[in-house]
Amino acid sequence: MTYGPQTIGVGLFAFLALLGAAFAADPLFAQHMGILAIVLAIATVVMLRRQFFAPAKTKVDTGYMDEVVRYGSIATMAWGIVGLLVGVVVALQLAWPAFNIEPWFTFGRMRPLHTSAVIFAFGGNALIATSFYVVQRTSRARLFGGDLAWFVFWGYQLFIVMAATGYLLGITQSREYAEPEWYVDLWLTVVWVAYLVVFLGTILKRKEPHIYVANWFYLAFIVTIAMLHVVNNLAIPVSFLGVKSYSAFAGVQDALTQWWYGHNAVGFFLTAGFLGMMYYFVPKQAARPIYSYRLSIIHFWALIFLYIWAGPHHLHYTALPDWAQTLGMVFSIMLWMPSWGGMINGLMTLSGAWDKIRTDPIIRMMVAAIAFYGMSTFEGPVMSIKAVNSLSHYTDWTIGHVHSGALGWVGLISFAAIYHMVPKLWARERLYSVRMVTWHFWLAMLGIVVYAAVMWVSGIMQGLMWREYDAQGFLVYSFAETVQAMFPYYVMRAIGGALYLAGALIMAFNITMTILGHQREEQPIGAPVAKAPSSLQPAE
Amino acid sequence: MALMDKHAILERNATLLLAGSLLVVTVGGIVEIAPLFYLENTIEKVEGMRPYSPLELAGRNIYIREGCYVCHSQMVRPFRDEVERYGHYSLAAESMYDRPFQWGSKRTGPDLARVGDRYSNEWHVQHLMDPRSVVPESIMPSYAFLKDTPLDPRGFSTHLVANQRLGVPYTDDMVAVAEADLTAQADPNAAQTDLLARYPKAKIGNFDGDPQALTEMDALVAYLQMLGTLIDFETYDETAGYR
Amino acid sequence: MDTYTAMRAFADSWALLAMTLFFFGVVIFALRPGGRNASHQAAQIPLIDEHPEPRP
Repeated sequence: MTYGPQTIGVGLFAFLALLGAAFAADPLFAQHMGILAIVLAIATVVMLRRQFFAPAKTKVDTGYMDEVVRYGSIATMAWGIVGLLVGVVVALQLAWPAFNIEPWFTFGRMRPLHTSAVIFAFGGNALIATSFYVVQRTSRARLFGGDLAWFVFWGYQLFIVMAATGYLLGITQSREYAEPEWYVDLWLTVVWVAYLVVFLGTILKRKEPHIYVANWFYLAFIVTIAMLHVVNNLAIPVSFLGVKSYSAFAGVQDALTQWWYGHNAVGFFLTAGFLGMMYYFVPKQAARPIYSYRLSIIHFWALIFLYIWAGPHHLHYTALPDWAQTLGMVFSIMLWMPSWGGMINGLMTLSGAWDKIRTDPIIRMMVAAIAFYGMSTFEGPVMSIKAVNSLSHYTDWTIGHVHSGALGWVGLISFAAIYHMVPKLWARERLYSVRMVTWHFWLAMLGIVVYAAVMWVSGIMQGLMWREYDAQGFLVYSFAETVQAMFPYYVMRAIGGALYLAGALIMAFNITMTILGHQREEQPIGAPVAKAPSSLQPAE
Repeated sequence: MALMDKHAILERNATLLLAGSLLVVTVGGIVEIAPLFYLENTIEKVEGMRPYSPLELAGRNIYIREGCYVCHSQMVRPFRDEVERYGHYSLAAESMYDRPFQWGSKRTGPDLARVGDRYSNEWHVQHLMDPRSVVPESIMPSYAFLKDTPLDPRGFSTHLVANQRLGVPYTDDMVAVAEADLTAQADPNAAQTDLLARYPKAKIGNFDGDPQALTEMDALVAYLQMLGTLIDFETYDETAGYR
Repeated sequence: MDTYTAMRAFADSWALLAMTLFFFGVVIFALRPGGRNASHQAAQIPLIDEHPEPRP
């Protein structure tokens, strides 16, 4: 047997999960363990069946361990579609409450599913896949640890499945972006340590004297997320066979710990990790080195210095002591500088090759992503100013801000990276269709603009309505009236999200066809056609 | 050879810088967060704060399970409009037994920090079962299934034990009678003097309108009805408040 | 002075200053003239990476 011990191990865990279901202290734990047992049982069967076939021939032997990156690319695409789809559903639920189906598909359970699916399933898989791809190529070494990389990949997928099914069952810690309960957290910790070992091990055995800056960002992301995850999820479970746990911290301390985690999840998961992506794929796709390598190093240090302090800006005017709020605000404003340094560095990489924005839709997507990085890292510091925050907090403005970062920066840079990697990973000459990338690009742009603009309007409007007084000194609007006023914006937001989803669906088709080895016959973009449409020269 | 040496130093430096990155984030985090853990000593003890009664805690767990925090904050900021709309601004001490905190980050629905005693039990039950029947503009999902889901008090004392281990001042006596307390709070006919001694100001009643069954609706409404009611702001001394 | 006040005073004074100075140290280190060649080399890494062997 090729994977004998592994198969037996998975089978054993399936059995343990079944025992967990049988002896559960509460019905939710029984259901969750039942799901786990089924998932692991299926995995066992799949692994057993693999024994009957010769291992699939590697499509292209680059000397790098790329099969896990191929799986990661497909997983990124698939989870991306799922996350965006759930996003459209929750947007519709806010516009029309009839879309809530109790008990499992209410907004309260679906929204964590959306955020986790997008951040951790889509974003996480994109980060794992690209980090494995980048670290091998910039270190000129195969991944360290052999099949450990497979454990990271499949272990992470198991984490996603357990987290997602948990939310729908109602298993949550209610810590935003850290909702999974204690046993799922423990599992993620194991997987994450393995991830760190694979990544760091590969860097250590590199055949290149330098550690390329992209790897700095990836490594900071992995290490910091490990620390944040462990500290923020400290809790005591009620029973080792039950879902419920109580946080180790209470009240003010708990709030600061959570938002220290929450903001750095943005800073290190959604920013540092994806900057690693930017620092490799932008130079690679543009075929020119990064504008200033030294600026990228300063970018790195400034970013990790400042981000870690910025969390309290999520708690302005709350019961958190004022000095902590002020510290958070000051550091958030300072963050604007390195962020724009990084943006300039990314954009200026194209200096002297600006025509590529016109001719290469992947470059165009990267440039848009970097532009959105710049915009949302400008908007963020503005919103962290206490006076602005007093209006924006608790409103849709925050949601709009998050989405201009998530859809614009994280989404587009990941899509661009996948467009770049897939033809290389499957040894295809080019994508199935480059023109479809342009379609994807414009649909995504339209979706983001609609989404962000609508949320600005609704957020600022609701914030102003809440605090509007009439001449007699009475509040003008009841809360219910401000909810009613949101309706048209919620509808438009759903449309914006649907446009973005449509773009991603086009991409999924394009990527699938590329993997299957098809090529669409089409005119190359920016080719002589545009220059001389009525040329009389004979065809070659 | 000299060039090779230079390379070696550079490599070491690069590795050092990576180790430094961990140091930077750890130190940054510790410096900012650590002082907060000594806040307990300076925070003034506000009269009236007590741990949640078993029924309230069970209700709170349902509040968490259903993701209410996704749309409802529990943190009134010290602004004129918020204080007029929701009541006195929230004090740090008011969430001292909240594990985890429920301050929230979005108000798709109104703040709930002081929703207790604002509406009748019947209103809450009706609102949770069919929100638009009492608030036509509402976009809240309905939670009618809570009324059909029985709440099993057996084994609930383990929840108090877990909190006790974390330092919440539940006495052994409270743990011992937790399951009885849980049932008694939702039963207006039970003897309540002991319960009120253990959990002053606890709301007692048949919350869900169905005297036969103890349901999740009982627990959730009991929790909602106590939110923000523990501190008496008539007698609270503003100047003593620590912010 | 109790622990909390002392720690918060430390957090928004000396700790802040120390981190700022360290940060400027890093910036100066990154920009030092001797680093020009090294960073130029490092910047080329992504452009020549098709095989897992050391570059010739």
